[in-house]
Amino acid sequence: MTAPCSPATTIIGLEVHVQLLTETKIFCGCLNRFNPEEPNVQTCPVCLGLPGALPVMNRRALELAIRAGLALSGTIAGTTKWDRKQYYYPDLPKAYQISQFDLPFCDGGWMDVDDADDGDETQASRIRLIRVHLEEDAGKNLHDETQRGRDSRIDLNRAGTPLLEIVSEPDLRSAAQSRRYLEEMRLLMVYLGVSDCNMQEGSLRCDANINLELVNDDGVAIRTPIVEIKNLNSFRGVEAALEYEIGRQRQEFAECGGVYADSEKQTRGWDADRGVTFAQRGKEDAADYRYFPDPDLVPVQIAAEWIEELRTGLCELPAARRQRLVDDLKLSRYDASVIIDQGRDLADYFEAVAQRCGDPKRAANWVTQDVLRELNDRGQAIGDFAIDADGLAAILARIASGDLTTRSAREVFTALLDDDPEGEQVTVEARIDEIISDRGLATIADSGALEPLIDAVIERNPQAAADFRGGKQAAIGKLIGEVMREAKGADPQSVRAALIERLSS
Amino acid sequence: MSDSSQAEPLVPELTRDVVLKVARLARLHLAESEVESFTSQLTQILDYVGVLDEADTEGVEPVAGAMGLNSVLREDLPTTSLSRDDALSGAPHHDGSYFLVPPILDPRAE
Ligand SMILES: [Zn+2]
Repeated sequence: MTAPCSPATTIIGLEVHVQLLTETKIFCGCLNRFNPEEPNVQTCPVCLGLPGALPVMNRRALELAIRAGLALSGTIAGTTKWDRKQYYYPDLPKAYQISQFDLPFCDGGWMDVDDADDGDETQASRIRLIRVHLEEDAGKNLHDETQRGRDSRIDLNRAGTPLLEIVSEPDLRSAAQSRRYLEEMRLLMVYLGVSDCNMQEGSLRCDANINLELVNDDGVAIRTPIVEIKNLNSFRGVEAALEYEIGRQRQEFAECGGVYADSEKQTRGWDADRGVTFAQRGKEDAADYRYFPDPDLVPVQIAAEWIEELRTGLCELPAARRQRLVDDLKLSRYDASVIIDQGRDLADYFEAVAQRCGDPKRAANWVTQDVLRELNDRGQAIGDFAIDADGLAAILARIASGDLTTRSAREVFTALLDDDPEGEQVTVEARIDEIISDRGLATIADSGALEPLIDAVIERNPQAAADFRGGKQAAIGKLIGEVMREAKGADPQSVRAALIERLSS
Repeated sequence: MSDSSQAEPLVPELTRDVVLKVARLARLHLAESEVESFTSQLTQILDYVGVLDEADTEGVEPVAGAMGLNSVLREDLPTTSLSRDDALSGAPHHDGSYFLVPPILDPRAE
């Protein structure tokens, strides 16, 4: 930013929508499955909103929701109920959405978000939550984008699938922090098994409320009107839309001097292609949902024993696991974050390797560098990786025992990756032995084995030997290189030492 | 609500503006004569249920349902859905795969 700007505070709150991993919809037995190829095959009188059909709450949806609420440190309500949120939209067959208004199943809560991007600082911000509630999702509209004036098409497979809405306090202070909050939320929900959070399929979406507190020429702090940006469905989109909106609100403020003709909250959409937000609804269309209790559904009392049972059953959460890797396994905060942020499977893989090879630090280096690089290059998930935790642990154990140099270990690693998975099946230990002997990678530990090689190399390179003896230290590099080429398993430090000894004698 | 003797009517007075707003929210286009007749009819309905205001609810816990039931839950087990043809059959317009509606002019990003 070039112009000197007044001190400003950015105020952001997110409403995150998470689709729950149930087998069936929230109020009927239709499948809850992403299935755009076969539109309108997962519907029934209940989710089509046909007259006389009666909804019944899915226990599993409530269970997953409570699990999420507990993991977010919220207070689970003893009694919760269902309300109708009324609005007209073609993807909402009943013309109301069953949601929760004044008695959500979960109150409060919070989530910590690491501040520093590089993760080396343990500084974190606590983002408080207002509430978490359950509701049904709407169907999907397909707009005609080619020809004007053609009908919109509606697929109601998604109508009535269970949705969790997590509403934060306006505690977020930047676009980047909002993105991290959403990433951490995704990680948590996937860890819990509450959602797959597949953003391409719309399983994780969010609305962002944002305004700024700016100081005008008279030194008076003024808040810009709140803008709600609807339906953001990628991490990049959230960050970019908020960055754009911060700039737009600043500029508007500069132009109007903080005197707004209309200070009402405004709804804007995000155009990812053009990278701009745009005004969406006129004031006369302002939402008026006229909530009232749904007479077709009865309130739900959530037994304290059930809540305790679910609390006890929670897995170790990502934040706690990250901290444990730092405290117990002595990883850097950065390494711990890289491992944990990749998801539960990679963290499980790392921990298995660390435990079996006995050196968490070395395991972390290999997993965060070699393994992640290969996974990225191959577009693979850790579950499909050719070297399982036992395999990597076996390689690393041999470095620790001095049987392999780090360099040779990398060659074994690459060779294992290139192995034909359909090929001969032997144990990984046996296969590693094979690779080591085929390629002559065994560490040459005793200088006795090195001696003849060193003598031969010196004999072939009289000039380099003479240069070194004459005081040109750098000349030894060439000699080390040649010895190493012939004795792959040799440790460069030992080769250097042996060469110097030989040349000095 | 008509002019009643109660100090604080629970239901706001049903004016012409309220009727027009409700109609707009319900996507109904009312003729001028309908606005008038609905204003008086809706007023009558509200007066009718206004008798509830007279009930003494002092000390009564609010409830969300009248049946006294709660916690009716079903297991997360699939039931048979309608065939696509059946699902579409009641719709005024469809193309055999999708329900069709007039073009949505202000596409809400999906
Ligand atoms: Zn259904």
